[in-house]
Amino acid sequence: MMDLSAISPAALVAALIAASTPILLAAIGELVVEKSGVLNLGVEGMMITGAIFGFAASVETGSPWLGLVAAMIGSAILALIFGVLTQYFLTNQVATGLALTLFGLGFSALIGQGYTGIKPPPFPRLDIAGLSGIPFFGRALLSHDYIVYLSILLVAAVWYFLKYTRPGLVLRAVGENHDAAHAIGYNVTRIRLMAVAFGGACAGLGGAYLALVQVPQWTEGMTAGAGWIALALVVFASWKPWRVVLGAYIFGGVSILQLNLQAVGVNIPVAYLSMAPYIVTIIVLVIMSGDRTSAPASLGRVFHASS
Amino acid sequence: MTTLLSLKGLTKAYPGVVANNNVSFDIDEGQIHALLGENGAGKSTLVKMIYGLVRPDSGQMTLAGQPYQPHEPREARAAGVAMVFQHFSLFDALTVAENITLGMENAPPRRELSQRIRDVSTAYELPLDPDAIIGDLSVGERQRVEIIRCLLQEPKLLIMDEPTSVLTPQEVEVLFKTLNRLAGEGTAILYISHKLEEIRTLCHHATILRQGEVVGETDPTRSTARELAEMMVGEALSSPTRKNTRPGKVALEIRGLSARSGNPFGTDLDEIDLDVREGEVMGIGGVAGNGQDEFMLALSGEAPVARAMVRVDGVDVGDLTPNERREIGLLTAPEERLGHAAAPNMTLFENALMTGNVRRNLSRHGFIRWKAAMAFADEIVHAFDVRTPSVRNTAKSLSGGNLQKFVIGREVLQTPRVLVVNQPTWGVDAAAAAAIRQALMDLAEAGAAVVIISQDLDELLEVSDRLAILHAGRLSQPRATDELTMEEIGLMMGGMEAQHVSA
Repeated sequence: MMDLSAISPAALVAALIAASTPILLAAIGELVVEKSGVLNLGVEGMMITGAIFGFAASVETGSPWLGLVAAMIGSAILALIFGVLTQYFLTNQVATGLALTLFGLGFSALIGQGYTGIKPPPFPRLDIAGLSGIPFFGRALLSHDYIVYLSILLVAAVWYFLKYTRPGLVLRAVGENHDAAHAIGYNVTRIRLMAVAFGGACAGLGGAYLALVQVPQWTEGMTAGAGWIALALVVFASWKPWRVVLGAYIFGGVSILQLNLQAVGVNIPVAYLSMAPYIVTIIVLVIMSGDRTSAPASLGRVFHASS
Repeated sequence: MTTLLSLKGLTKAYPGVVANNNVSFDIDEGQIHALLGENGAGKSTLVKMIYGLVRPDSGQMTLAGQPYQPHEPREARAAGVAMVFQHFSLFDALTVAENITLGMENAPPRRELSQRIRDVSTAYELPLDPDAIIGDLSVGERQRVEIIRCLLQEPKLLIMDEPTSVLTPQEVEVLFKTLNRLAGEGTAILYISHKLEEIRTLCHHATILRQGEVVGETDPTRSTARELAEMMVGEALSSPTRKNTRPGKVALEIRGLSARSGNPFGTDLDEIDLDVREGEVMGIGGVAGNGQDEFMLALSGEAPVARAMVRVDGVDVGDLTPNERREIGLLTAPEERLGHAAAPNMTLFENALMTGNVRRNLSRHGFIRWKAAMAFADEIVHAFDVRTPSVRNTAKSLSGGNLQKFVIGREVLQTPRVLVVNQPTWGVDAAAAAAIRQALMDLAEAGAAVVIISQDLDELLEVSDRLAILHAGRLSQPRATDELTMEEIGLMMGGMEAQHVSA
């Protein structure tokens, strides 16, 4: 018989925040990429590459922090391959992004062959003396690892960067009208490459979080579509950073909730429960994203500085 | 006067074409210097070199006595060179202040910048709200943003690339006032245009480019427009001519045409009435964005309207498809050559087939008669002097003028009862423009009703018998062109006439 009281709200909130973090990291990176006018569909590939790079590096060095750094560098390099192909060789962004995902999945499986079944070094938690003892909030919000707080800080930083700083304005301008940005004298290609590398680093960090903290172990194909969810989140969040947070937490929340409901044996077919996170997230964000105008006008268009 | 910018032997070659060959001339402080030339004469390459967007292969520039070699626009701006682009380099989704700060070196903080924008815009009588979103502004206001962006940097040299092509006569007057004032303060202005009358009223000096070379320098106030045009083209030009024909019966009747625009930034059409007779050329003027596109779509059948709103030879056609209209004799040639009037990556004969199919029987039982389509394309190429190696070349491989001749020729050769064209000579060189205008007048002489929608008032005054103005989706009463003054037209364009009528 089911017993809903077995689900603890505080544990649920804590779990949903942790579950949402990889997607949130990947999505905020992709948001910056798309704001610069580039559509990188390789998020999934960059996440899984980050996962194995981070896992392997932290197992070999024994330091989870070095693992995260390796993940960010590795995925940023992978993203730069995409960047060079699309920005210098003017390849189609959709096709190149898909290729990047396929490449990342295969490449990570190759590197990861020796790492299945190993446990990575544990990741330190942020325990501020006494705070995590506060009822509910302590458990739900204040007992996470550093990366969870970092992800929120990152969203705040991206939001501030895009809205209030001059480089952020330039980045938006490039995504809005690359010909005009070029005519005024901004280096469209360089700005986009930097955005693409940042997006790669964020996706890599998200993947590494998955493999080092959340699971924590290496399994082939362990991102299981998280990169695609991150991509969809950016669109449904209308390219607004705080909406990405909302979308990621709704998705993470419903995922955790449905797992809990499955565990306590609710009388709904498992198939419906499993699809719930996707459906709820899409419905919520579609309702919110009434204003389609916020899409960067040059998104996905090839730029060539022809005279 | 002292020389500000001096160009010596500038040369720039692209694969297969020398865009600028040994170009030398000087621009003085406080001088409004016209740069004249046909499309492809090398004006834009030259300007890009001055603005640091393109590097010359050889030659030197000096600015205020110092060697000047900008590697990027940033350096040009730092040296005191500013430019207003023909296609505005503005970002629709950003605010006026954000757009201006993007184009400035060492932009001040936001609040201070907004204040400076307000100061400069009042000082030069160019009102502008720093917090407005560009997408909501009119074309004239957008140009103001560009100009104020330049003025905030107190440039020594201001480059203006075809600034008036999108303005009403009144807006042009305001612009000229601003430019004259700047010149009076010592700013040099390099003014690029092919509107010769404007250059004659505004500029102190003109340099004429043809095929990348300087072919002459002159004082435009002492030359006639025709002399300037002939220097540009390098040959004598003939004005379009037509025997005086008396208009016949009404061929196109538009009654109470109203339509909502499909474009969120578009203009709805509001109760348009118009009769066009056989043998008549009807000009439709007005500033872009006042319903021209919607009017064109309603006539072409791409956006069908109520059945009785449009009639051709007494037949209601308002709700018919484009091909059904072609069968009846209503043909159209839209403004956008590449992508609307012609499919860029398809060959000329495929493009000929696309609108000529119905009237020229280019298919049978659903199968294409390729030979007939090729023959039709060949006929267009010969009759309209389209310069192309063959009709198997793609539409996008043609120059603008040649493709425009093809697009217009394709409709004219289908012997329409009514032909509606939008911007028939936009961005086309003078010789091709003259040929197109002549073809449209010949078509009218042969008994068709011709409607020309254009932003170019000189063109409308030259070719049309009557002129009406579209403003905010409403069409003014048509007036015979030979009774109209420029001032009256300007008022009609600003919507003044509509107010008179309602008052």
